[in-house]
Amino acid sequence: MKIAVCVSHVPDTATKIKIANDARNIDPIGVSFILNPYDEFAIEEALKTKEKVGGEVIVLSVGPDTNKETIRKALAMGVDEGVHLKYDSYLDSFGVAKALADEIKNIGAELVFMGKQSVDYDNGIVGSLTAAMLNFSVITVCVTFDINGNEIRAEREIEGGREVVQTTLPAVITTQKGLNDPRYASLKGIMTAKKKVIAEKSITADPNRVELVTLKSPQPKNPGRIIGTDASAVPELVRLLKEEAKVI
Amino acid sequence: MSNIILVYLEQREGFIKKGSFEAVSKAIEIAPLLGAEVNALVIGDSINNSDSLKKYGLNKVTFYKNSELQNYSSSAYAKIIADAVKSVNANYLIMSNTALGKDLAPLVSVALNAGLVVDAVSLEIENGDLTITRPIYAGKALESVSITTNIKVVSLRPNVFKAIENEVPEIEISTIEVTDPDLSNRVVELKKSEGKLDVAEADIIVSGGRGLKGPEHFGLIENLAKSLNAAVGASRAVVDAGWRPHREQVGQTGKTVTPTLYIACGISGAIQHLAGMSSSKYIVAINKDKDAPIFSVADYGIAGDLFEILPVLTEEIKKVKA
Ligand SMILES: Cc1cc2nc3c(=O)[nH]c(=O)nc-3n(C[C@H](O)[C@H](O)[C@H](O)COP(=O)(O)OP(=O)(O)OC[C@H]3O[C@@H](n4cnc5c(N)ncnc54)[C@H](O)[C@@H]3O)c2cc1C
Ligand SMILES: Nc1ncnc2c1ncn2[C@@H]1O[C@H](COP(=O)(O)O)[C@@H](O)[C@H]1O
Repeated sequence: MKIAVCVSHVPDTATKIKIANDARNIDPIGVSFILNPYDEFAIEEALKTKEKVGGEVIVLSVGPDTNKETIRKALAMGVDEGVHLKYDSYLDSFGVAKALADEIKNIGAELVFMGKQSVDYDNGIVGSLTAAMLNFSVITVCVTFDINGNEIRAEREIEGGREVVQTTLPAVITTQKGLNDPRYASLKGIMTAKKKVIAEKSITADPNRVELVTLKSPQPKNPGRIIGTDASAVPELVRLLKEEAKVI
Repeated sequence: MSNIILVYLEQREGFIKKGSFEAVSKAIEIAPLLGAEVNALVIGDSINNSDSLKKYGLNKVTFYKNSELQNYSSSAYAKIIADAVKSVNANYLIMSNTALGKDLAPLVSVALNAGLVVDAVSLEIENGDLTITRPIYAGKALESVSITTNIKVVSLRPNVFKAIENEVPEIEISTIEVTDPDLSNRVVELKKSEGKLDVAEADIIVSGGRGLKGPEHFGLIENLAKSLNAAVGASRAVVDAGWRPHREQVGQTGKTVTPTLYIACGISGAIQHLAGMSSSKYIVAINKDKDAPIFSVADYGIAGDLFEILPVLTEEIKKVKA
């Protein structure tokens, strides 16, 4: 079976985000990029599934040339092939999903893994959008995944518990921490990945459905008060919570 | 011609969720600015709190009913909602960005060819145009966006907008029996985490970090949480160490939370942790290091030993609550 895994290339979670003067972009100085943390679970699950049912895993990423680094990271973990869907300007989630859906159709993948969310724009929608465009089924935020022939059973996290979802192929699965322990790239994997050719394709994008108006920084919080250094401060804390903040 | 805002009301086990009433209140507030009327729909088998619909000011609700639809089915729900939007000619679909809403909203927007913005924390209307603000980079920045398509789908971050009581005299609930729902994707079982409040929904959260020294000391956190009817949260360090389950993790790769009160105990306040909780309304920090970054976002802090402070705090809260 052909299995696709889609990865995004995002600022490191430790990055301090500064808005550029144009109020439309992030100041790129000092920002380093990484493979989206949730996509590591997607790669791992794709590889595990291939080990179970056989086939081939293809990694897809939409974005500028720098996304190749992230594709390479997936190859180093053991993914068979990489496709870079090159696009240099701002694409909304629909545009990303459309590019992914077209390529998934093109390669004939029946099972697709994605992260539950990119830690840049925090949308968490590309998986479901792509599935809907392809008329695939989708299970999001999975913490367990099981495939048996055509049948899929997965548990997804919801408020206060989990729900067990059943569906059939073709399907998109979005992955949550807890699903698996992503493997490290082996030295051999890294060497092989260096030699692999990443196919590059250009995409044609529809007009964006969501337009950016401005970016801004959140209001900084007023630094608070340290009211004491031991348990003798507790009554005052409780009084403040009750009378000033009125939260208890 | 009048515009229509359709609100999707989410029920779980027959109860419409608080986040849906937050969406209703926001829809009612913005409706006059958009020259719109508010309708709502709910999908399920039975609704146990339907009297709340009137209480929150709805006067027109359509109930799509089928015994197979009490549990979520993304394939069936997405189709019903898309058809409902088309049948009333709605231009806006608003829902809450819950686990279910996150799964559902993109499916509906593709079916409607509509633009989608999720996790809104503010909606502004100027000259009839809607601008939506949402946090990005886990709250380290905010983006304001607009939707260019005719039909617009928006989901609201739970716990940010207020559900406002606004009783109306009359409510018209029409029931439509759904025949042959598409159950190709469906929930076959619900596994509840035994009576525990979820950080994503709680009004108060008490979180513990590596300062607790070991999983056996989390009783201190649980007791304080219990006295406040709060949920227990955790830093990634203690989740990675296996002291606490991942569903309790707060932060950039855990849950983003916006409770009224967040109490951080023995948590240093790394940037990834702050990203998930710094928009809480009030923050209390208990940490023995007075220079810990958590104090930079805390409203009130005690720079001392949590092992000494937490038992006293729990007793003091119990007294106030008694
Ligand atoms: C990609 C990535 C994603 C991440 N995502 C998250 C995330 O989602 N959530 C998250 O929380 N972290 C996340 N992190 C980890 C983050 O960087 C920190 O490592 C983590 O938050 C630290 O947890 P902590 O505060 O419990 O531990 P520490 O940083 O070790 O802090 C322990 C604190 O306890 C205090 N303390 C010790 N003893 C006592 C005592 N007796 N009384 C009072 N105070 C005491 C200390 O002064 C110290 O400040 C992420 C990291 C990366 C790289
Ligand atoms: N530019 C992209 N290229 C490939 N996959 C992507 C891209 N953006 C998002 N994805 C996938 O979609 C998931 C959810 O992203 P998002 O909806 O942007 O939060 C990510 O975890 C990736 O698996």
